[in-house]
Amino acid sequence: MESLGWLEILGRMALRFAPVWAGLALILGTGFALRGRLGLAGRLFGNGIGLAGLTIVLFWLLTALFADLIATHDPLAQLSGLKNAAPGSPAPGSSYPFYLLGGDSLARDSFSRMVAGARRVLAIAPAATLCAMAVGVLLGLPAGYVGGRLDAALSFLANLVLAFPVILLFYLLVTPEIRETALPRTFAALLFLFPLLFLILLWHSRYRTRARPWAVGMIPILGLGLWMWSGLALDADPLGVWRLEPGLLTVFVAVVFVNAPTAFRIVRGLALDLRARDYVAAARTRGEGPWFIMLWEILPNARGPLIVDACLRVGYTTILLGTLGFFGLGVSPESPDWGSTINDGRRFLAIYPHAAVVPALALMSLVLGLNLLADALREESLHD
Amino acid sequence: MLGTALCLSLLVFWLTHLPPNLEKLAKSQGSARMSDAEVASWLERSGFDRPLPVLYGEWLGVLPRADCGHCGVMQGEWGQSTVFRQPVSAVILRSLAATGWLMLWVMAVMVPTALALGALAGMREGSRTDRTISVATILTAATPEYVSGVVLVALFASATAGLSPLLHEAGWIERRTLFQGTASGAMTRITFWNFALPVATIALYGTGYIARITRASMAEVMAQPYIRTARLKGAGLARIVLVHALRNALVAPVTVILLQLPWLLNGVVIVETLFAYKGFGWTLVQAAGNNDIALLLGCSVVAVTLVLATQALSDLAYRALNPRLRVG
Repeated sequence: MESLGWLEILGRMALRFAPVWAGLALILGTGFALRGRLGLAGRLFGNGIGLAGLTIVLFWLLTALFADLIATHDPLAQLSGLKNAAPGSPAPGSSYPFYLLGGDSLARDSFSRMVAGARRVLAIAPAATLCAMAVGVLLGLPAGYVGGRLDAALSFLANLVLAFPVILLFYLLVTPEIRETALPRTFAALLFLFPLLFLILLWHSRYRTRARPWAVGMIPILGLGLWMWSGLALDADPLGVWRLEPGLLTVFVAVVFVNAPTAFRIVRGLALDLRARDYVAAARTRGEGPWFIMLWEILPNARGPLIVDACLRVGYTTILLGTLGFFGLGVSPESPDWGSTINDGRRFLAIYPHAAVVPALALMSLVLGLNLLADALREESLHD
Repeated sequence: MLGTALCLSLLVFWLTHLPPNLEKLAKSQGSARMSDAEVASWLERSGFDRPLPVLYGEWLGVLPRADCGHCGVMQGEWGQSTVFRQPVSAVILRSLAATGWLMLWVMAVMVPTALALGALAGMREGSRTDRTISVATILTAATPEYVSGVVLVALFASATAGLSPLLHEAGWIERRTLFQGTASGAMTRITFWNFALPVATIALYGTGYIARITRASMAEVMAQPYIRTARLKGAGLARIVLVHALRNALVAPVTVILLQLPWLLNGVVIVETLFAYKGFGWTLVQAAGNNDIALLLGCSVVAVTLVLATQALSDLAYRALNPRLRVG
């Protein structure tokens, strides 16, 4: 069999992404039709940059979702004779007749690894971002709203973490030696408690005087939350549904730990700004508790900047995950995530660049999409 | 600030002196097949079994040591590196000098480019120039160093892909590749061909970021009443920008550039690893990868000091540049 030309490679790749195109058409079509009723999200359709960002982000989200359908090979399978194969090389006797984007130094399919990497990155980055935002909100709101000594103490802690160069922190926190200690589990137990605590406080502060709705919300929150928490953080889920492998747990904890202080600073700044507003004073006069005011009065009014920040933060987290992979920290060497693949590929970079360039471009486009989206959201929310 | 420095060094000290790290140290210094009892006795002989505050005090130089009295970091005794078999201070000084050259060139490229691009974009908000520059800066700010480094090497320093084979065939260059894919030669002699790619890789990410700050700041200044006054007086655009706007627009970017210094450290670590340039970042990776506790502590002290110093410096610069803060 002959190798494929570049046009044919692109054509075949476009065909493999068919589920993604269908999903994109469906989502963007529906969004466009309903754009008048979608508020801020709908206005993105009238903004060139926003539409571009949204499309790129959705593309990668759908790729992660349909990764099994799109990938041509098993991302870990090695085919003999295809070590460092050029893009479009024939791969006889396997699930697909070609290595569309070539093989890596272990004769695995670059295209399938890129697609599988998307799933891995998009499984961790948004979850880590949400976790960091939960920490930021739960510590930042009281720091900004109450102020005083509490603010001073929390700000000091945040600045302490921020004064660490990120890479030094990674090298200290994400080593195989650390994984032998109880440190990652302790950290995880603490950090994963924040999203749960956030939901509990959110519900409790609103419905504490009404027993029925309180119980209706609190029982599933507590049940599901504690179940997930015990599984993910403590690895003690009795049913074995929620589980994080230890390497992934360390990576997750490190990324949340690095992100939390900056999230804290942003929330604190917003709370400082909003605490003098009339609606806060009104709520206080009504006799509402501090957590109700923080979570139901201040937080909804700070949502604009927080959504923009979350977008940028997912991008930043993707970069951080790539950094960890690039230094071979925390992830298993087999892992198809983009950072590790770049790290694997860089040894033969000058001779066989495709193995490293493919995941590099994938990572760049995802972060670019998120940044464009954040930029457009910021611009559109300023028009409010 | 002193409190922060102490807290941070204690934190690093604790993390590097966790039991598994010490065990690994014992095994690398003794033999890899030591039993648990032998490890324990090695740690006892080396004095690592004492409580952490005592070890920290000795390392800091506050508590006296058995062999040399007060000899810790504060007295300039940084210990011995187990990887390089040299005093830590010598290793760090050498690597800092190498990184200094890299930083110097990065700054020389990044700062003027970023300020010029940002000022150009912010001068007329919403114009075609502004749109183009903005998209370009978003693009470079979305490209971490390990991505841009890989792409740059593939484009300019690969014998099989990118520009080099084309140029080589056309007879424009003698060598197989346009630029060199490693900067190890730059340790002895820096040339354009072995240093351009590492510098460009670090500068790209920072340029986008600083240019965006400059643009926002410039756009804000251009909307001020005094600019309108200058325009109504009939001053040309060049005069308005250079004489009236630029100074006020540069307050925010300058503070950001200073705050970028420690952040550049990340880029330096990645780029030095990617291009095999034996500077501070490369040393840090070696120290951490080989569990060289003394060297890693030394690197941390330098890195943390750098961060705290730039934070203080950027405060000072902000005060110096912003006349509104000069009370008195």
